[in-house]
Amino acid sequence: MGKNSVNRKVYGWLDERFKLDDLINFMKKKEVPLYRGTIWYYFGGITLLLFIIQVVTGMLLLLYYKGSSELAFESVRFISAKVKFGWLIRSIHSWSANLMVLSAFIHMFSVFFTKAYKKPRELTWYSGFLLLVLAMGFGFTGYLLPWNELSLFATKVGTDIPKTIPLVGGFIMNLLRGGEEVSGSTLSRFFGFHVALLPGIFTVILALHLVLIQRQGMAAPENWDELPESRKKKIPFFPNFLLRDLLIWLIIINVLSVLAVFFPWDLGTKADELAPAPAGIKPEWYFLFMFQTLKIIPAKLFVIDGEVFGVMLFSIAGLLWFLVPLMDRKTKSGEKSYWLIYSGIFVIIYIIVFTIVGFIAK
Amino acid sequence: MNEIPGYTEKSSRRDFLNYVLSIGFFGWIVAILYPLYSYLVPPKSPDVDVSNISIGKASEIENNSSKMFKMGNKPGILIKTKEGELRAFSATCTHLDCTVQFNKEENLIWCACHNGKYDLNGKNISGPPPSPLTPFNINVQKDEIYILK
Ligand code: HEM
Ligand code: FES
Repeated sequence: MGKNSVNRKVYGWLDERFKLDDLINFMKKKEVPLYRGTIWYYFGGITLLLFIIQVVTGMLLLLYYKGSSELAFESVRFISAKVKFGWLIRSIHSWSANLMVLSAFIHMFSVFFTKAYKKPRELTWYSGFLLLVLAMGFGFTGYLLPWNELSLFATKVGTDIPKTIPLVGGFIMNLLRGGEEVSGSTLSRFFGFHVALLPGIFTVILALHLVLIQRQGMAAPENWDELPESRKKKIPFFPNFLLRDLLIWLIIINVLSVLAVFFPWDLGTKADELAPAPAGIKPEWYFLFMFQTLKIIPAKLFVIDGEVFGVMLFSIAGLLWFLVPLMDRKTKSGEKSYWLIYSGIFVIIYIIVFTIVGFIAK
Repeated sequence: MNEIPGYTEKSSRRDFLNYVLSIGFFGWIVAILYPLYSYLVPPKSPDVDVSNISIGKASEIENNSSKMFKMGNKPGILIKTKEGELRAFSATCTHLDCTVQFNKEENLIWCACHNGKYDLNGKNISGPPPSPLTPFNINVQKDEIYILK
């Protein structure tokens, strides 16, 4: 019996049970537009790959990690120093976390500028936005888990910010911290959020996001409708685009390995609840632009606290960004809505400039 | 239109049933959410409401230096000025909760998180902190420093 016929048998067996033929025909019909902007279509897939890597390496870390204030730091040191290749797993988890947030940001902005959020893809935008927020939540909670000096103060500052919300602020802060102060209770809570609550919610929303994309197909660029049929180049999603996706995944895995091996993640010094905040306290880079903004807003602005002002500013900006599909009305009546594009450009420049300033500021 | 006999009676009976069911449903939701909500709120820690602690010998602390101490479960900072005067404050920055430190060179209390500054009376003088540090009273008996709330 030849190898091919074995393959065919296996395929036939699966096809009878899963109706694979239908699925493959469906995927073959889905097409990906081929044009200058095609490269941006890869970033969603890259984010997905990095999330899968997080799940796998996270589960591996769980075999040795201990989530309590007495043991957390020591257990991470044990992983880095004693467990064979423990340093590598930890380094990959940390690097991949950062790359995942970065690629999610790139993905979101590319969707924004190609206007791929327009009807019927509003729900894809909303779910994608939530996924980015959750990814930042993963980063924020994960950052505390090694229980080192930097993470302790970053968490103090981060969890103190909700306090500025009127009425419910104090309650939210307590809920996050598991008490009045950042302490061992906070660590237990964050551990739970990081390895159970967030992965659960993330997976459900991710499934929704992916189902929407598969059902609706890829958005074509804006001027696509005006092009003659002959100028519209497309390739089938299956197998052509998927193979390109896999090739890119291979490249990303290599980049990740190089980073993880040659720039192993630091552990720092163990958190001491009595020690003063060390100089150079900074959150992870994707919070830097907000952190830096809070730093330059004066303590009092007119009658309100600078803090409250800053938090309001970012809450409103975030909400508006979430609601982008609703705001892009003008294009429907023919004319382009340039103001939205300009605001997007402003947002990108703001984030980049403030992130850089945050990095070099002492 | 012809009156359908019994119609109003029936519909009011149905309304009544809906009403009862809605209340029941609402009660059911509350019965689930209330324990969940209560569970999420951490119980108050049986504090540690310390009001008087001893933190060491006055003669052992050099002029122009500081010492951290623990007041309940919050950090405090004791400062001995250049002139040898003792001062104590809560070390929790009034901005966003970081722990402050004594900065010898500039002769002030400094918070590294957002570059907040307080003078040696605990008054916020620059940066984002919105209010002064809470001072503690100090009592020195036979060279032993006691901090009082
Ligand atoms: C199911 C998924 C995940 C599990 C089970 C998991 C598990 C863990 C564990 C046990 C740690 C502590 C060990 C250590 O600090 O090295 C950790 C740290 C961390 N995690 Fe995750 N994780 C998951 C997903 C993610 C995701 C999606 C992100 C980011 C987008 C992320 C970001 C981080 C970060 C930044 C740290 C701190 C790394 C460090 O400084 O050591 N994790 N994670
Ligand atoms: S927490 Fe002290 S200046 Fe912000």
